[in-house]
Amino acid sequence: MAAPSLTKGDTIENLIEIKGARHAYQTASGPLPVLDGLDIAVPAGTFAAVVGPSGCGKSTLTKLVAGLMKPDEGEVWLHGERVTGPRKTVGMAFQNPVLLEWRTILDNVILPLEIVAPRMPTKDRVARAMELLDMVGLTGFESKRPSELSGGMRQRASLCRSIVHKPDVLILDEPFGALDAFTREDLWQTMRDLRAAEPFTAVLITHDLRESVFLGDQVIVLSGRPARTQYVMDVDLPADRTLDALFTPKAADMLHILRDQIKIAQGRDVEGHV
Amino acid sequence: MLRKISTPVIAILIFLALWELLVWANGWPNYKMASPSDLPSAFWKYKELFFVMGWQTLWRTIVGLFLAVIVGTLIGMIIGFSKLARDALYPLLIGFNAIPKATLVPVISLIFIGQHDFNTILMAFMISFFPIAVSVGIGLSTLEPEYRDILRALGASRFTIFRKIALPKTLPEFFGALKVSATLAFIGTNLVEIVSPHGRGLGALFKSGETNGNYPLMFAVLIALAFLGIILYYAVIFLERVFAGWADREGS
Ligand SMILES: Nc1ncnc2c1ncn2[C@@H]1O[C@H](COP(=O)(O)OP(=O)(O)O)[C@@H](O)[C@H]1O
Ligand SMILES: [Mg+2]
Repeated sequence: MAAPSLTKGDTIENLIEIKGARHAYQTASGPLPVLDGLDIAVPAGTFAAVVGPSGCGKSTLTKLVAGLMKPDEGEVWLHGERVTGPRKTVGMAFQNPVLLEWRTILDNVILPLEIVAPRMPTKDRVARAMELLDMVGLTGFESKRPSELSGGMRQRASLCRSIVHKPDVLILDEPFGALDAFTREDLWQTMRDLRAAEPFTAVLITHDLRESVFLGDQVIVLSGRPARTQYVMDVDLPADRTLDALFTPKAADMLHILRDQIKIAQGRDVEGHV
Repeated sequence: MLRKISTPVIAILIFLALWELLVWANGWPNYKMASPSDLPSAFWKYKELFFVMGWQTLWRTIVGLFLAVIVGTLIGMIIGFSKLARDALYPLLIGFNAIPKATLVPVISLIFIGQHDFNTILMAFMISFFPIAVSVGIGLSTLEPEYRDILRALGASRFTIFRKIALPKTLPEFFGALKVSATLAFIGTNLVEIVSPHGRGLGALFKSGETNGNYPLMFAVLIALAFLGIILYYAVIFLERVFAGWADREGS
């Protein structure tokens, strides 16, 4: 194939770029198309929130960005480089915190460093992990086992693990989806503060529109399966927004538009009829 | 701590008392059913034999079990990681496991004539690897993909993922299976010692008691076997505490 047509300017502007991705899973009952014309572009240092009907292909999108999968067609770019496989500069967190039960919270957070920076002195690893645990309010819990923590605390630890190695791309696949509403809002604020302290570019999959508006710099609405980019909204709220920002008329308008877009994605008209 | 030891000891004493009572109340003679009070003299009279043959039984069981751990884990890894291997090997494994192992004793004694230690170890191995293979296989194949993905996304090798996540995560299932396998391995060893006697192991001692009509000796051997079984079982529990103690939620 010819050399990429990206100019240097594009490279700096969009840290994550997916162009025209198509993909089908091979299943027992034949190919299942999940992506069909997916385009996303995430400028460096920003948060892209992705919403879409359940089962439309959102997690598949995260696997493309993480280099865990190649699309049948289309291109995935990170940092102006074509993604061909996993890379050490990616961090991931999921709805299930998947902490390792036999490790303490501290050792769970350190795990990626063991892979990415095997020669980093233990002292520095611990210092880095403790710094993050402090930021998310888990100081004092570092030597506990995951089973001794609440769901929200486990998810905080999982977030620390996802950024401990200073990834430039953070992939969050519905990380707050299983939490109760109050804990979820606490974690939104934690996420906002982490963003201010650590430089990363993030893709956040969510099924909560308020979450997408609170954390996203843009909200990307995917169509029903097979997913294509249906709608992109720039979130025009201050970067250091508080939860109150969600109750402004501006936010209400955005939420309204997103709700209508989701209905269209689900194959219903805006009135809610199928 | 004291209670932890005294409770089972008292239970054993009650069991022995009931046994004694049963024999006494029915007026059973020795050759029908020996009573616990007959046993100390049997143990004392043959104490050297008990030590020598008990050790033979124990070490061959442990070697067989050790092989079962290694081969069982390897098979478990193969069927756990590859769906193709799982589909191919499961019927074979289940079929092999369903064969009554007593029928194999003459077969292996004919194939490996005179290799008594080897035959015994082989039987202990054959009878005990299956639970380990299945538990490791299931443990690996049911690993949630997210566990793999957190390391795979960083470019970690399959081996690293196995060592850091899959292996420790299957340890509780592995030890659960090992407890079953330890008991099975004992059965395998004794099967060969009794069915194809060659003068070694507690099974042979049992056989000689039978030949000589020494019923208290036969019962004493059974008790000695039970004792070794308990020791091996608790050795596995000890290893489990050391390597998979984190899975025990009792203390937290
Ligand atoms: N490895 C796979 N093999 C076959 N089908 C899959 C696989 N992964 C996901 N799917 C299917 O593809 C569709 C999209 O999956 P996913 O990307 O996980 O959706 P979402 O995260 O939006 O809910 C779903 O219908 C799912 O069942
Ligand atoms: Mg998903």
